[in-house]
Amino acid sequence: MSPILEVKHLKKMFKNFTAVDDLNFTVEEGDFFSILGPSGCGKTTMLRMIAGFLEPTEGEIYIRGENMAGIPPNRRPVNMVFQNLALFPMMNVERNVAFGLEQRGVPKSEIKKRVNDMLERVGLAGYNTKKVTQLSGGQRQRVAIARSLVLEPSILLLDEPLGALDRKLREHMKIELKLLQKEIGTTFIYITHDQSEALVMSNKVAVMNHGDFEQIDTPQNLYKNPRTAFVAGFVGETNRFELAQSGHGTLETRSGWKLAKKDAKTGMHWLFIRPESVILLPDPQMKDLNRFRVTIKTILFDGANTKISGIVEGSGDEILIHLPQNAKFEGIREGDRLEAAIHPRDLRCYPKEGS
Amino acid sequence: MSSRHFRLGFIIFLTPVLLWLLTLIVIPHIDLLIASFQAENDQGKLVFSLENYRNFFTDSVYWYTFVRTAFYSILVTVITFLITFPLAFYITKIASKRLGGFLSMLLLLPFWVGELVSIYGWMILLRESGVINYILQGVGLIHKPLPLLYNDFSMVLGLVYMSMLFMVVPLISALESLDDSLIEAASDLGASKFTIFTRIVIPYAAPGITSGAIVVFMLVLGDYLSPDLLGGKNSLWFTEQIYNEFIASFNWNQGAAFGFLLLLLSTVIVWLGLRLSHQRLDKAVGA
Ligand SMILES: Nc1ncnc2c1ncn2[C@@H]1O[C@H](COP(=O)(O)OP(=O)(O)O)[C@@H](O)[C@H]1O
Ligand SMILES: [Mg+2]
Repeated sequence: MSPILEVKHLKKMFKNFTAVDDLNFTVEEGDFFSILGPSGCGKTTMLRMIAGFLEPTEGEIYIRGENMAGIPPNRRPVNMVFQNLALFPMMNVERNVAFGLEQRGVPKSEIKKRVNDMLERVGLAGYNTKKVTQLSGGQRQRVAIARSLVLEPSILLLDEPLGALDRKLREHMKIELKLLQKEIGTTFIYITHDQSEALVMSNKVAVMNHGDFEQIDTPQNLYKNPRTAFVAGFVGETNRFELAQSGHGTLETRSGWKLAKKDAKTGMHWLFIRPESVILLPDPQMKDLNRFRVTIKTILFDGANTKISGIVEGSGDEILIHLPQNAKFEGIREGDRLEAAIHPRDLRCYPKEGS
Repeated sequence: MSSRHFRLGFIIFLTPVLLWLLTLIVIPHIDLLIASFQAENDQGKLVFSLENYRNFFTDSVYWYTFVRTAFYSILVTVITFLITFPLAFYITKIASKRLGGFLSMLLLLPFWVGELVSIYGWMILLRESGVINYILQGVGLIHKPLPLLYNDFSMVLGLVYMSMLFMVVPLISALESLDDSLIEAASDLGASKFTIFTRIVIPYAAPGITSGAIVVFMLVLGDYLSPDLLGGKNSLWFTEQIYNEFIASFNWNQGAAFGFLLLLLSTVIVWLGLRLSHQRLDKAVGA
């Protein structure tokens, strides 16, 4: 069976500017596929080409094996949830959701039934005659999703749909969207610049930079084995050090911090260490660790996400270390000197970008 | 600020407005209303009478002009809308910012030169020895000049021309606030271009359409110059009847009655239009 979406050599130029550069990827039926990248990297441009609002400069898009070239948006088996939702302000909730079905000439009685089913699914049962301007942000969000999903598209395209919501609601909607996708089984292509949204909801994430994908992987792999320096820096939090030399089982930062790593390759330029991979007060029995001492400069309290900013003794490198909020670390104060360690596996090295 | 202060400020600002309304609009109209119910009796004295209104209903020429004026005013409003709506859509949604600005300026042009001058412009174009007939004869399409001037055609042309700006300005401001993504969303949900226009763009612009239509309709209904100069001998406009009574016959009482009938006519038609299109006056004016 062919994948539900196949993109080949997709490219988009705006005059001389390349917004999307030679993309190749496939999305399987039922995937929650996220595209994660900084603002301006070409995510919306790519999505609009799939929806049919933009003509690709080069390349092809296949949906269920069918070439989409020349097919206008109103005849593609995909629907889009817009960045600003684009609900029709002159229609109530019910009319908004019914709009697409009316275009297809579905009988009135069936429209009513399907609209009501859909509204119930997204938790808006009984909101039929409310004006969309009277709804809260989260409710408007759900109307926009219901309006597209009621058409049972092959693929639902979502362009940063949670961007306009406040933090609390965003956290809530993240989980709700994931559950909804699981329940209905529609393939979602979800665009975001928020790594947490991508990691929590998706089963596949593509990290995009300058119009191209750096890595397509599961959220776990993306986090544990980032393939490029960009991915390592963009997905999750990390400490970054410039290396003076690498290879022959050791790494050395510019300021002279030496670390052992058996499989260290030569010619590496960047060293990434995640704050949570540093072990504070390590067990003396543990083997193979790079042990060092840090002096605590400040404690950055942020609940479960609290970190300390420390100075590595000897080299003076500054490093962020995750500080678990439990009894073991309760007494730690600024200015303290602590034992710390890193497993060589958690030292991730990358060459200089572009080489 | 205390509510007393607020009230005082309110009164200070409101007073000139109320005075203006009272002295320039309400009082003259009351005066005219009284005059319209008066007629000279046998001794030449003014007494209360319904004669002015009775004249309107008994003399068929008044009736005829009245209905004709109403019909053509509606027609001109509709034609103006049909021409300016695509134009406004093009200026706001398709053309670049610079081209859009330039086109809006072009629409302003008739107002720079004034109604009278643009009417003479039309005359130069349309008369038997005019530019259009000259060209048509020159290329051999016709042998006798076409009667383009002094008929209903030239009158409607002139009225539409001078009304366009009053329609296009509210349309542009309504369409400018229409988010492009609404159009895209409708298309994404399967709507054809025609459906997008009838179900998204026009309903969205409805308050602008309403206010433009009301302004144009009232202006055309009350216009005098274009029907008088561009219309033919038989294409009478109701304002011309009023003019005749006031100026030619010197019968102010009859003129006042006609004036009130015109006011009544425009009120009724605007009210009907609002009812039929499910629009509200306050929304249209506030838009
Ligand atoms: N119509 C356009 N004309 C010219 N440049 C554009 C156009 N649309 C987008 N761009 C440029 O393409 C780049 C990618 O834009 P976009 O796809 O919107 O990014 P994202 O959605 O990832 O934030 C941006 O630098 C933007 O300025
Ligand atoms: Mg975007």
